[in-house]
Amino acid sequence: MSAYRLSNGGLIDRSKPIDFKFDGKPLQGFAGDTLASALLANDKLLVGRSFKYHRPRGLLTAGAAEPNALVTLGQDGRTETNTRATMVELHHGLEARSQNRWPSLDHDIGAINGMLSPFLGAGFYYKTFMWPAAFWEKLYEPIIRKAAGLGRASYVPDPDTYEKSWAHCDLLIIGAGPTGLAAALTAARSKARVILVDEGSMLGGSLLCETTEINDQPAAEFAAQAIVELSAAENVQILKRTTVVGAYDDNVFGALERVQKHVSVIDDNKPVERFWRISAKQAILATGAEERPLVFGGNDRPGMMMAGAMRTYLNRFAVAPGKQVAIFSNGPSGWQTARDLEANGVDVVAIVTPETASNKSYQGKARIIANAVIAGTSGEKRLKGLTIRHIGSGSEETLACDALGMSGGWSPIVHLACHRGDKPKWSDAHAAFLPPAPRDGLIAAGGAAGTYSLAACLQDGGTLAAEALDNLGHSVSRAEFSTQQDEKAEMPAPFWYVKAPKGKAFVDFQNDVHLKDLGLAVREGYDHVELAKRYTTNGMATDQGKLSNVNAIGILAEATGTSPDVVGTTTFRPFYTPVSFGALTGSHIGAHFHPTRVSPLFKWAEKHGARFVETGLWHRSSWFPKEGESDWRESVDREAKTVRSHAGICDVSTLGKIEIFGSDAAEFINRVYCNGFLKLPVGKARYGLMLREDGFIYDDGTTSRLGENHFFMTTTTAFAAGVLTHLECCSQVLWPDLDVRLVSVSDQWAQMAIAGPNARKILAEIVDEDISDAAFPFLAAREVGLSGGQIKGRLFRISFSGELAFELAVPAGYGEAVADAILSLGEDHGITPYGTEALNVLRIEKGHVTHAEINGTVTPGDLGFGRMVSAKKPDFIGRVMLQREGLQATDRLRLVGIRPLDPAESFVSGSHILDVDAAPTGANDLGHVTSSCFSPHLGHTIGLAMVKHGPELIGEEIVIWNGLKQQSIRGVLCEPVFVDPKGEKLHA
Amino acid sequence: MDLMRYSALSVFLNALRGNKSWGPAWRAPEPKPHYDVVIVGGGGHGLATAYYLAKEFGITNVAVLEKGWLGSGNIGRNTTIIRSNYLLDGNEPFYEFSLKLWEGLEQDFNFNAMVSQRGVLNLFHSDAQRDAYTRRGNAMLLQGADAQLLDRDEVRAMVPFLGFDSARFPIQGGLLQRRGGTVRHDAVAWGYARGADRRGVDIIQNCEVTGIRRKNGRVVGVETSKGFIGCGKLALTAAGNSTTVARMADIALPIDSHVLQAFVSEGLKPFIDNVVTFGAGHFYISQSDKGGLVFGGDIDGYNSYAQRGNLAAVEHVMEAGTAMIPGLSRIRVLRSWGGIMDMSMDGSPIIDRTHIDNLYLNAGWCYGGFKATPASGWCTAHLVANDAPHPTAAAFRLDRFKRGYLIDENGGGAQPNLH
Amino acid sequence: MASLITCPHCGVRPKEEFTIRGDASVTRPSPEADGEVWHAYVHLRDNPRGLHKEYWHHTSGCRRWLVVTRDTVSHDVIDVSDAGALA
Repeated sequence: MSAYRLSNGGLIDRSKPIDFKFDGKPLQGFAGDTLASALLANDKLLVGRSFKYHRPRGLLTAGAAEPNALVTLGQDGRTETNTRATMVELHHGLEARSQNRWPSLDHDIGAINGMLSPFLGAGFYYKTFMWPAAFWEKLYEPIIRKAAGLGRASYVPDPDTYEKSWAHCDLLIIGAGPTGLAAALTAARSKARVILVDEGSMLGGSLLCETTEINDQPAAEFAAQAIVELSAAENVQILKRTTVVGAYDDNVFGALERVQKHVSVIDDNKPVERFWRISAKQAILATGAEERPLVFGGNDRPGMMMAGAMRTYLNRFAVAPGKQVAIFSNGPSGWQTARDLEANGVDVVAIVTPETASNKSYQGKARIIANAVIAGTSGEKRLKGLTIRHIGSGSEETLACDALGMSGGWSPIVHLACHRGDKPKWSDAHAAFLPPAPRDGLIAAGGAAGTYSLAACLQDGGTLAAEALDNLGHSVSRAEFSTQQDEKAEMPAPFWYVKAPKGKAFVDFQNDVHLKDLGLAVREGYDHVELAKRYTTNGMATDQGKLSNVNAIGILAEATGTSPDVVGTTTFRPFYTPVSFGALTGSHIGAHFHPTRVSPLFKWAEKHGARFVETGLWHRSSWFPKEGESDWRESVDREAKTVRSHAGICDVSTLGKIEIFGSDAAEFINRVYCNGFLKLPVGKARYGLMLREDGFIYDDGTTSRLGENHFFMTTTTAFAAGVLTHLECCSQVLWPDLDVRLVSVSDQWAQMAIAGPNARKILAEIVDEDISDAAFPFLAAREVGLSGGQIKGRLFRISFSGELAFELAVPAGYGEAVADAILSLGEDHGITPYGTEALNVLRIEKGHVTHAEINGTVTPGDLGFGRMVSAKKPDFIGRVMLQREGLQATDRLRLVGIRPLDPAESFVSGSHILDVDAAPTGANDLGHVTSSCFSPHLGHTIGLAMVKHGPELIGEEIVIWNGLKQQSIRGVLCEPVFVDPKGEKLHA
Repeated sequence: MDLMRYSALSVFLNALRGNKSWGPAWRAPEPKPHYDVVIVGGGGHGLATAYYLAKEFGITNVAVLEKGWLGSGNIGRNTTIIRSNYLLDGNEPFYEFSLKLWEGLEQDFNFNAMVSQRGVLNLFHSDAQRDAYTRRGNAMLLQGADAQLLDRDEVRAMVPFLGFDSARFPIQGGLLQRRGGTVRHDAVAWGYARGADRRGVDIIQNCEVTGIRRKNGRVVGVETSKGFIGCGKLALTAAGNSTTVARMADIALPIDSHVLQAFVSEGLKPFIDNVVTFGAGHFYISQSDKGGLVFGGDIDGYNSYAQRGNLAAVEHVMEAGTAMIPGLSRIRVLRSWGGIMDMSMDGSPIIDRTHIDNLYLNAGWCYGGFKATPASGWCTAHLVANDAPHPTAAAFRLDRFKRGYLIDENGGGAQPNLH
Repeated sequence: MASLITCPHCGVRPKEEFTIRGDASVTRPSPEADGEVWHAYVHLRDNPRGLHKEYWHHTSGCRRWLVVTRDTVSHDVIDVSDAGALA
């Protein structure tokens, strides 16, 4: 028994006991505890195992930097690994499990690694496991992978929800310790919008953990009163349990709010975490400073912790860390801890310091051992004693103790000031890296800027807040506070490590990087701070080197005979503390990963039993099974055959639709398509091929001239947005002199294709105007009245199926009614609804291309459209680059039809084409199948293919090769039109 | 015995001596006045070029000039994936050559880079994607690589924890390359550096090239932060900064520099065994031997020389990740970083001579740089040594843009941020 | 990259509303210009380290094309103008 709960004091509520479990064992704490403080109060010194050597470890900190006390919480989908016990608020029913140990935390087989440590030094794995070669993947690596890692995550989906939110403010204050509170109290006097963020459940930061006074009040009481005052201020928003984790350009910050991580029962109506993007005009970084461990032999035994953390457990949580406590301190922190321990009746056995003189203001009973260091320690799962070495004489003595508070000085928490690439600057005077110069209104204050005295922090926070507000035009006077003068907080020269340590002197506790590892890295040439980090893994654990980096820099500086200034830091990168995927994903989960688009005819199709398919964001009707049809192919064959024999109706609303107006609209369209459009008559549609400026085809579609200065363009479904953006670029950037206006109307029109020999008969019953072939010939495009002028629609005589076909567009809201009317009018004419599958069959039978062929690497010539490309137009997008030799080469892949030699055989898209008897090699690869389907019309599989010299090989026998399925069949290349090659049906 | 060569015995003997006898893995030489070949850029490609120049082509009077620390570019900030699952015949033979070199690399350079052929699985979610992967898989087989097309059930059997249910874009199957996998990225730089150094190559860190001195249409040397260094031939392997370096020789390149972010999670016990890529968003993930999930997505999309990215791009990656593996939700992302990519105008690299006789260019690696490292080094060394392209890299010509012989895998066209 | 872009028409908006196209310093050559000039226009980029003029489209806003002058190292946006107004 060593650590214990004090009978009074602290900010815990002894009237509210809380039951929890650690590794299955029932324990009790109080409201106001963290998991860490409750474990310590129960004398649970051993709380975790380190990564590599599985060393027994205890709490090292009381905060975000904790490297040792990592636990797994929750079950199944709520399993949360690697959670820092120091950051978990104790709540009823909390069950925590220790990690990286087997079979138990007390008896861990992995600890054998410690005995093998001579072979497991820094980078050992780079030098070995290579013989014999095959053993790495078969033997060594599987063992290493099993041993590596910390917690065990669950694959079960998370039952809880998350959300993301934006916040905007004039002044963001990060941290609600003394500096942040002083800043906030000052800012609260203004009208500026202020957001105060703190990672804790209680605001106050170090004020909650120290015994100082402000305005003649105990610090914690002052903090509580400040919060009351700030909560009442209308211009101040307080976000507690919120960590600002990343700083991005323009003072936009990412922040994680733990909304329901401290509750026993999750409220389903609230997120468990909320990820904020905070846009701030000015920001004050009041994140304080991190205490540095000391590097000495055996500095990792349970019972040892940071001196400041000891004060936190003592003063805030009323937990004494031990009964015989020793202090090892460079600088004033340890002395303060000794005072606080003694004030609570805890015996301080010694204060060891490498400094030559004792701290004058210390009046306590502890034996002071100055000019001395700790050379080694004893005890396995809890600290038993120290070996103290006197620096002058080199003599050693041993001392029994059950806890040790250590302090190697302070490092300002500068992360957020460095996320945008600025580097911190070493200061000998502060014995620390200080934040870089303020940038875009982000300025560090108080401890984060290397200011350590309470009075100075309060003043700094208030002053910088007033200045920040002044920059924004809000004049305000600084809030003033009275506090006792601290002793001069002068930092001694840094003390990086104890030479000739007895046992391993750890620098990075979690990753087990010790002094010798850094020495080896330097000897082997990995002496740059970034190389040393990568070679030894120092600073790469879940704490990202919050405790270890600066010590490693100091050690590297000594080893290379330079200074920390020259060594410099590694790069500070987001996140300051780790953030869950869930929080960063927010509500974009499952079916809500991306939005879903449905056409105005979606309900209509659903009503008629359609099966749907995802096409980009769209859900498109794919086929319409009839009763008795058991297989999709059966439905699709019927639909396709019915269209060719009678009629069909298909939803084509997803095509992009763009209205183009202006006196230069014709000229504009003439420049964006490679074929001519200037002379397109009013009332006519034309197929257009749109190139990119590099000469390759971008998209295709029809454009109709509805008036002299009014055109209606359709695009493919996939490129609707892209084409509009492209046209806007052409109009606004390339040719702003042209009088053109563009607007997307994709969502405004429901558009349906009515195709088949009976199409005209059916439509004639609903369209007011004469649509006979004479009055409404192929490619006619006009506004029409429907049902006696009740609705105005647009009718286009265009065909993707090769049948006599029309596309009818009506205002979106009328789509369902009109489609139903057509279905019912067409009943006697044998009409069927058909989906994208039958549409695909029909178009392949006609050799019409889609993005399966137009894949960004084909030219008009490749698809047999060479003659469409205008030779007369002086300019159009893609004209010049299309002439490049590579785009005109005769051995390019070109479009052909393809069919199996034996109609009983079939093939799939993506198969490659080889010469008969050619070996399957890259050199013999002639091309590939781009589209394929079963043609109900022909009764066998057909396809389109891109083949070298394709059109010249028509009639030739080839091999259709699908090595992925070990399939290889004979095929024949043919014209890419399988049905009605003369277009008689089309023009009927 | 040579205690500096890594062998079971040397590791054992060194350990017994407290690992105090290990000397530097490479020297820290001052530059000589002149080298036969100077290589600008001490990243993976530059170091590999030097290594193969020395080992395969017998050219050892070589210097690699690195403006920062060895391996400080993209070799040290990628998602460690190796694969040869390319579509086009300009690319696939080269990447397959690279994969074969990876397979023997550690024995070759006597350094354990943890080459781990864990399999790379590309998911597809639509018929169109399935067809595209069928074409690609067959192209890989034709070029002598391995490929398998898995259906939904086979994917489920292999990676049962993917988001099969209630997914916005249901998984239909995947293209699997079993020989693909991961490599410990930093170790690649170190292995090549150590191997090159032992063969006489000078690796000079903190040596920034500030100018390329020419005389009579030939390069005679480079101005550097350590003074002028003469050379017989000059190779530029400075991806990320290719345009900046090439401009010193008045060469304009079809390249923009873009930032690509990558991420690592907290360390976990084995969670995912293979490399899996999403087909309904840009996301790829694997798990390192140390336990961290290593993953990434799209480039941020704008020109940048800052090795850091944007929060919106971060969120985009996480959304895709959680969609692909719902169990990621409670796993925490530890760190994000950014690398500067040479994004070329067709998404494929350049290994070619230039209009200056003795100046050679290796650039434009887009997303493909890490996996290309061994073949890139070999082919660049081949080009420098023989003044002729290696057969597998013959399509990576600089003039292909002007002449129209693009190697555009995804058909994005001449806009670098679309590749 | 800037997290925010100040659209001359819409004010300060998050970057995600915009789509970048790329270098705005290149000018589309005349149709008569030879292949070399067109090649340079379509493919070759200055890709400067520092100030860069580039085209951005306010896709989820006013749908105007903008010229953003931006520092590719610090990511600071120096100026945003309507592309049509500059032409």
